[in-house]
Amino acid sequence: MMKKTLPVAALAAAMIGLPAQGMADDPVRIGSFLSASGPASYLGDPQRNTLRLFVDKINEDGGVLGRDVEWQYYDDHGEAGQARTFARRLIAQDQSDIVIGGTTTGATMAAVELFQRQETPFISLAGAVVVVDPVKEWVFKTPETDRMAARQVFADMERRGITKVGLISGTGGFGASGREQARDVADEFGIEIVMDETYSPDDSDMTAQLTRIRGNEDVEAIFNFDFGQAPAIVTRNYANLGIDRPLYQSHGVASEGFLELAGSAAEGVRLPVSPILVADILPEDDPQKAPSMDYLEAYEAEYEERPSAFGGYAYDALMIAVDAIERAGTTDPHAVRDALESTSDFDGVTGTFNMTPEDHMGLDIETSFRMVEIKDGTWSLIED
Amino acid sequence: MGEFLQYLVTGITIGSTFALVALGFCLVYNASHVINFAQGDFVMVGGMSAVFIMAAGVPMALALLLAVGIGGLTGVLLYKGGIQPAKNADAIQLIIITVGAALFLRGVAQVLWGTGYFSMPGFTGDAPIRFLGVVMVPQSLWVIGVTVAIVVALGLFFTRTRLGKAVLATSYNSDAAKLMGIDTSVVLLVSFGLAGALGAVAGVIMTPITFTHYEMGVMLGLKGFVAAVLGGLGSFVGAVAGGLILGITEAMMAGYISSDYKDAVAFVLILLILFFMPSGLFGQRGVERV
Repeated sequence: MMKKTLPVAALAAAMIGLPAQGMADDPVRIGSFLSASGPASYLGDPQRNTLRLFVDKINEDGGVLGRDVEWQYYDDHGEAGQARTFARRLIAQDQSDIVIGGTTTGATMAAVELFQRQETPFISLAGAVVVVDPVKEWVFKTPETDRMAARQVFADMERRGITKVGLISGTGGFGASGREQARDVADEFGIEIVMDETYSPDDSDMTAQLTRIRGNEDVEAIFNFDFGQAPAIVTRNYANLGIDRPLYQSHGVASEGFLELAGSAAEGVRLPVSPILVADILPEDDPQKAPSMDYLEAYEAEYEERPSAFGGYAYDALMIAVDAIERAGTTDPHAVRDALESTSDFDGVTGTFNMTPEDHMGLDIETSFRMVEIKDGTWSLIED
Repeated sequence: MGEFLQYLVTGITIGSTFALVALGFCLVYNASHVINFAQGDFVMVGGMSAVFIMAAGVPMALALLLAVGIGGLTGVLLYKGGIQPAKNADAIQLIIITVGAALFLRGVAQVLWGTGYFSMPGFTGDAPIRFLGVVMVPQSLWVIGVTVAIVVALGLFFTRTRLGKAVLATSYNSDAAKLMGIDTSVVLLVSFGLAGALGAVAGVIMTPITFTHYEMGVMLGLKGFVAAVLGGLGSFVGAVAGGLILGITEAMMAGYISSDYKDAVAFVLILLILFFMPSGLFGQRGVERV
């Protein structure tokens, strides 16, 4: 993949010629570095598909500011070092007006400093809070954070009068960060974490940890924060042990794959999900309904598969970038950055974005995650 | 008490999966003194093949048989394509070839089947069995039962059949074996084929419990290797004992102390064994041939 794109990139840079920024017939240059292969490919692959498809669509509809959009893309294979190299190339050589990418938190954080120094607007597709906290002048992001997922879960527990929770999480990056955030925000909802168990991401059985949690009479609900196959095993072990207290999962399992792996054991499991996952069953007046259906239909028509929440992050990033450039009326980096920061009431597929100088993500739990319960092998919305 | 039994049952189930991988290590080691680091990936090949053959609409029993056949074929191909062409190489070089083969298998699996996780239903349903406050899935009984059956079958193969004895003879001294009229390349071919099939059996019986994906062989291979060394490399009974000790210790650790330290158990155990009993629990004391 990389071998093919390199000469093309060099050629493209040579043909474009370096100066002449901002001329009317000059394309709007959007650059991307994504983890479309390697261990994070399940995140990066739908993001690449999404950007490729919708950049084409934007061009068919007349481009941005009457100019064509030119999309330059590199695959960083999920390696932070590569991500940094490609970010540098996108800024210096490809003269990108704005960069969308950084599939993983590692890839994003490796490149953040370059965008800050070179003053190029950057919209990250990575989940962790550290991307926008503390706020970095040139860095924005579209995915929800694990902190918000924890808040959403605890808010649901609070509504049901649950105050004592048994936490079980994986020791991988996602689980460890989720565990930390969950412990951090539990207080806000009057919730006490009375058990705190972990397992390693490759484990094939968590019965021992769950037996421990079951043995604690105080535990009123179990919260499993992790992604991948492990939560499906936790869910199966939980069902086999016949634990009679409710099980919550995080947004990390919000995929059809989880339903398939966990099977009937997943009945009754509650979790926060990106609106796009439940687009079909969202009420018509839901602000995420229309953008989600647009995205879903276009993506499915092109790739004949259902897009994931991860592709949705890229869709939102692209649409927010286009919106900001249109409002700025120019591709001048300072003007685009200011326009990004003043994005407000923007109905994306991930949620409604309201960016401010203090908040470069712009999502809150009211407008992003939806709580669902798994019923009859599929998602069903929990009414507040 | 209920908790203790639960940890024990959990440990035995996990331990049996380690034992199955350890048996594969022993099989190849006995024939060639090679540690086959692709053993964990044979397990992956078996599990993945079974899932995808079933997805193509083939009945379960036939799909399982085909998957085991594919595993055996993979073992044969590893021998034909990697080990045989380098037949005069040292054991250490052959071991490195198996590491390369493992990476190759993972790559092929990723291209063929993607990076997702897959499962399949238990052979005799998924309804949990409950007794004395302990819960287990019926598939656990399959895992334990098949492990026992394989140990017995391997024992008979090596002591009661000409081919099995030929494998042992080749393992002790391949030059002498050749002089006695044993075709050592056939012996090695059979060993790798059996190890592949054995790995695939492990893969198909554990997939309903552990799921399968293209990289499942990495951690499983490592734990299986620890189990094999723990029991004494080459000893089948030792491999099973090593697997069970490892699985039960891990479960007890996670249950009574802290799950944070669970994964350290395997590595602490192997250090202790190498310090105090270098030939493992059931291994023969090394006698240097002069």
